[in-house]
Amino acid sequence: MKNLMDTGYEPIDSLDKTSDGKAWSLLDKLLLGLTPQRYLRQALRNPFNWVFGVILVVGLPLIAYRYLFGLGAVTHSSNDYPWGLFLSFGLFVMVPLSASGFMMGTAVELLGRHDFKPILRLALLNGLMGYFFAVVYLLVDLGQPWRLPYPMFVAWGTAAVLFLVGWHVAIYLTVQVMEISEPFFEWANLPIGGLLIKRMTIGLTVAGIILSTLHQGALGALFTYAPGKVHPLWYSESYLWIFYFVSSIFAGLSMVIVVSTIVKNLMAWRCGSEFLDNLDRITISLAKGASMALITYFVIKLIGIAHDNEWAYLATGWGKWYLFEMLAGVVIPLVLFSVGIRRNMVGLIRFTALLTVLGIVLNRLNTALITFNWNLYQEIPHVFEAIIAITLFTTYIVTYRFILYRLPILYSWKFRSAESYEKAKQMEWVPGRETAPSTVYREAVKVPLED
Amino acid sequence: MKGISRRKFLAATVLGSAATVLTSTDKALGLNNFEGYPEGMGVLVDLTRCVGCRSCEAACNKEQGLPAPDLPFDDPSVFDETFHHGSQKRRTDENAYTVVNRYDPDDGGQPVYRKIQCNHCNEPACLTSCFVNAYTKTREGAVIYDSTVCVGCRTCMVACPFRIPAYSYSSALHPQIRKCIFCYDTRLRYGDPPACVETCPQEVLTFGHRRNLIKIAHERIRRHPAKYIDYVYGEEEVGGTGWMYLSSVPFEQVGFDTTLQKEPILNNAREFLATVPMVLAIWPALFMGFHILSAQKHRDGDDNDPGRDQEGDEK
Repeated sequence: MKNLMDTGYEPIDSLDKTSDGKAWSLLDKLLLGLTPQRYLRQALRNPFNWVFGVILVVGLPLIAYRYLFGLGAVTHSSNDYPWGLFLSFGLFVMVPLSASGFMMGTAVELLGRHDFKPILRLALLNGLMGYFFAVVYLLVDLGQPWRLPYPMFVAWGTAAVLFLVGWHVAIYLTVQVMEISEPFFEWANLPIGGLLIKRMTIGLTVAGIILSTLHQGALGALFTYAPGKVHPLWYSESYLWIFYFVSSIFAGLSMVIVVSTIVKNLMAWRCGSEFLDNLDRITISLAKGASMALITYFVIKLIGIAHDNEWAYLATGWGKWYLFEMLAGVVIPLVLFSVGIRRNMVGLIRFTALLTVLGIVLNRLNTALITFNWNLYQEIPHVFEAIIAITLFTTYIVTYRFILYRLPILYSWKFRSAESYEKAKQMEWVPGRETAPSTVYREAVKVPLED
Repeated sequence: MKGISRRKFLAATVLGSAATVLTSTDKALGLNNFEGYPEGMGVLVDLTRCVGCRSCEAACNKEQGLPAPDLPFDDPSVFDETFHHGSQKRRTDENAYTVVNRYDPDDGGQPVYRKIQCNHCNEPACLTSCFVNAYTKTREGAVIYDSTVCVGCRTCMVACPFRIPAYSYSSALHPQIRKCIFCYDTRLRYGDPPACVETCPQEVLTFGHRRNLIKIAHERIRRHPAKYIDYVYGEEEVGGTGWMYLSSVPFEQVGFDTTLQKEPILNNAREFLATVPMVLAIWPALFMGFHILSAQKHRDGDDNDPGRDQEGDEK
């Protein structure tokens, strides 16, 4: 892409191809305005595509193998560890990392923090992607995935925590699709859809917080079914769901920082100026939010240990592992975030966000897999299981990138003709419409671009 | 900044309340209906009588139509089998709903044999954790399973405090949970004891009403205080189990988890489940309130006030 940009190529960032109002065709939009040959050539030049390609070539047949020969063919078929890598990583890690959607939706739409607006769509997309792929992981892990709608339509186990998770994730996925459909409608040039969604924004956002509070927590509450299997230091009957909810806050915020950093460095050609110009400022604000959640989390984790009087466990081997998790995933990020915020060191904040994300990965894996059955034996996942988990994560990245390349997530439309500008304004598409008060926005849309 | 209209606010409130009412009814139905059947049947397992002949395993295998094992049922060498670097003895799996293991007590006395199978809890964790209600606790006391609705999430396996349910991972198209069902289909529903009980040559297994079995167990302990540990395992564990055990050696030495809670596993999740309708009811008003407050603030002054530096996250 970089090379292409050097040759004068400009990615599609307007709705009409030329100033006389001729629109891009769907193929144009899908191929980013390149000819198929040029598109293919740039794709082959990208080293990441080769890495992804190798992973997919190995992994996709393994996924087919799993469906043909059952879970037993790719996992250790453990009756003691019913949940392997697919769920402990795919569900329990992906979901908190996707809390960004409801966090930023709340901040911007409900609390009026329009200064976060340039990153709102990325945060929403990050949420949708994570949830969607959590379901994809689930479809690989479930014994009979074609029965996934059963808890909705066939049999109701209403007293089960998982019943709540299932329903909430399903509804929340719908909410997220609606929230993020705005850029899609813009891209597909279907103005009426966007208008409809816009009318529902507040309702969707409130629904998002409710559903997120409950199912983020419910993932923690799921483990209250397994007291004695989850190590006491990671278990808390009363608080586990609150731990999961609070940690999802800094997990989601840190994930947005990490993703935006990757995007800024590898996809700068796709980023609009309001995204790039505001990113440092927004990153610092996000870090402030994350540190608030981190310090809260640290305190309530201490309360959790005190409440169940688990101090003695800290002296054991698992205790050291727990202290490592808390130190590397909570305390050190807290210190580094503070230093970064105080001294305006955005680079440090970005590194810390990565550390925080890894801390959450470790925490969820610890609860669901590593310390699970702590008094039994340690399960090491089957190598095929690991490969499939990596393959699914690769498809997550590829899909994520595919959307970022095309939809107006990181950029906003430019207008080549006055006519299309007027039309867009009518449809409230112009970024910086009445709900975007920041000066950046006012400036960003001063005049339609004339060719 | 456009404020929220009264209509929108009302709509959101009504929606929230409707959701609350619906959900709380669901939960109430789920929780209150589920008390277990203390009148149900059970089995008392007296470990002091077991000689490890494994005829119960063979009877179960035959009754349930399970595939023949690698080693015949009269081969005692299975007692020496260990798994996961010697840390684990045999357990139930998709081809064996009951398993007898040998334990050597700490005092160096005679080996003790212990039969494991589904304990048929009064308030089974598998049942309450299942999001499609695949499990049923029958009036007769059996915990049975309906494979036609099972999605295969395996939460029941995570939830079972005795690690009994197994999954037929080898099946690609119709994998399901496999566990002892108290011979419900073929025997218990007609009032007959399960196959293992009927076949046991040592009268290790006593079949009867659970409440009578508790009396019998305590009576045996009273008559032979030197022989038995003064404890009936399963009388109180996780809310009480249909199958209960008597032993001459401390239970933890023969593979029992003696740290289990006395309350049903479901109780651990009750606190969270009770919070759910509260969140559904309170959050809409709370966050709409925040929204209205923040909208008001913007109307009062410049909404781009650089001095405004509150946090963007909500807790």
